[in-house]
Amino acid sequence: MLTGRVGRIALRVATGLVLAFIYVPLSLVIIYAFNESGTSAWPPSGFTLRWVGEALGNSGLQQAFLTSIVIALGATVVAMTLGALASLAVGRYSFFGRESISFVIILAIALPGVVTGMALSTTFASLGLPLGFFAIIVAHATFCIVLVYNNAIARLRRVSRSYEEASADLGADSFQTFRHVTFPTLRSALIAGGLLAFALSFDEVIVTIFMAGGVKTLPIWIFQSFRLANQVPLVNVAGLAAILLSVIPVYLATRLSGGVIGSRG
Amino acid sequence: MVYLGSLFVLFLNAFWTTDPFTSLVVREFTLDNFVDLITTEVYRAVTFRTVGMAALVTATCFVFAYPIAFYMAKVASPRIRGILAVAVLMPLWASYLIKAYAWRLILSDNGVLDWALAPFGLTGPGFGEVAVWLTFTYLWLPFMILPIYAGLERIPASLLEASADLGGRGWMTFRRVILPMSIPAVVAGSIFTFSLTLGDYIVPGLLSTTQFIGNVIVINVAQNLPFAAAFSLVPLAIILVYLFFARRLGAFESF
Repeated sequence: MLTGRVGRIALRVATGLVLAFIYVPLSLVIIYAFNESGTSAWPPSGFTLRWVGEALGNSGLQQAFLTSIVIALGATVVAMTLGALASLAVGRYSFFGRESISFVIILAIALPGVVTGMALSTTFASLGLPLGFFAIIVAHATFCIVLVYNNAIARLRRVSRSYEEASADLGADSFQTFRHVTFPTLRSALIAGGLLAFALSFDEVIVTIFMAGGVKTLPIWIFQSFRLANQVPLVNVAGLAAILLSVIPVYLATRLSGGVIGSRG
Repeated sequence: MVYLGSLFVLFLNAFWTTDPFTSLVVREFTLDNFVDLITTEVYRAVTFRTVGMAALVTATCFVFAYPIAFYMAKVASPRIRGILAVAVLMPLWASYLIKAYAWRLILSDNGVLDWALAPFGLTGPGFGEVAVWLTFTYLWLPFMILPIYAGLERIPASLLEASADLGGRGWMTFRRVILPMSIPAVVAGSIFTFSLTLGDYIVPGLLSTTQFIGNVIVINVAQNLPFAAAFSLVPLAIILVYLFFARRLGAFESF
């Protein structure tokens, strides 16, 4: 076998340590959400649901939470529509500029949020479009498209075109082929991409700050609350909500696509 | 459909490439901003500090990521592998701000780390560049693990058997076969860890008072937009050069 006994044990220990490194900080936020003292001193002084209650009753937090959900849904719908179209165009037809797409997509992920945010907000400003709600949706959609596109194109590459050709041979017009053959094969990949897009949009903060123009999403609320001492205990609870609302869609997406989804790309 | 697709791509292309010059407040061509950038000591220092941090974070992520990726791809049973893949993937999507905030909790005075180190008579590093380094490593680690895992998994078992048949011991096989073959995957992962660190300004703001490229850009957006745009070309240029070399090393095939 490739690795000896010692090597295997060493690898196992390293894996355990890395997993601990990944999960300890996240679990701390969850523990602090129920910490009686409401400060960052460790160990926690006792268990309380007080902060959860206060968070539920905080109208600013409620508003930010709802805004984030609506924006994430909007961005997801736009991203799913355009991402599906783009993946079909690239996966099933050839046209000028097709090869450069993978480069553009990697660039879209690798480009710093500051640059993207500044580019989008100045573009909006020079076109005379207002910042705010719809600006955030458009901005989120531009990078959420990448997720949907990547999931869909991976699926299209796996599924042979001969099914579509068979459908055409059997007399189906192109719309019927799309409805009965292409779309069903794409469906779960699109939903998985959409769930990831939702999770990404729900969490995004840098580009959102540039596009917000006064609108508060959940991450912006959290970001501003870092500076307000009396809201810090609520940040823990908001963090718990944010973790759940991004992790659950991703878990579902993983189940749907039947395996590991690549990194954000 | 083709029309819509290409239109969309054009739309996206336009967004990434046209921004800095159209955003000039005085629409007059000048290189003053770039002259400022190159001649001012502070900006040079900020640039070198940011690139250094990005390189350090990338190296640390590699050290942390390789063993777990290797374990997942070549040692673990398929069931464990599936569980680990999900376990690595999930936190990638948990709120970025909250993850940075978790490190604020850990590193704060009387926080978890101070408490854990107290029996040894030590205190944690507190906020500062070490805190920034730890937090970046934490944030981008999954971006490194997943490509390496995927890359290692693609190495066929027959190659490893061939190496063993030719007398290559475990370590030899690793050094001569596995490591070279996983380089493109490592480079693919490093694109993310490197470029994400290069542009981030939230983490340095939360965990230190040190300025990185992102902080300088953000400060200037309100005061001097052309300068901010000019400075944002610096990470952009570095990333493009990086992507160019990454492509030559075959990293793009590992996406």
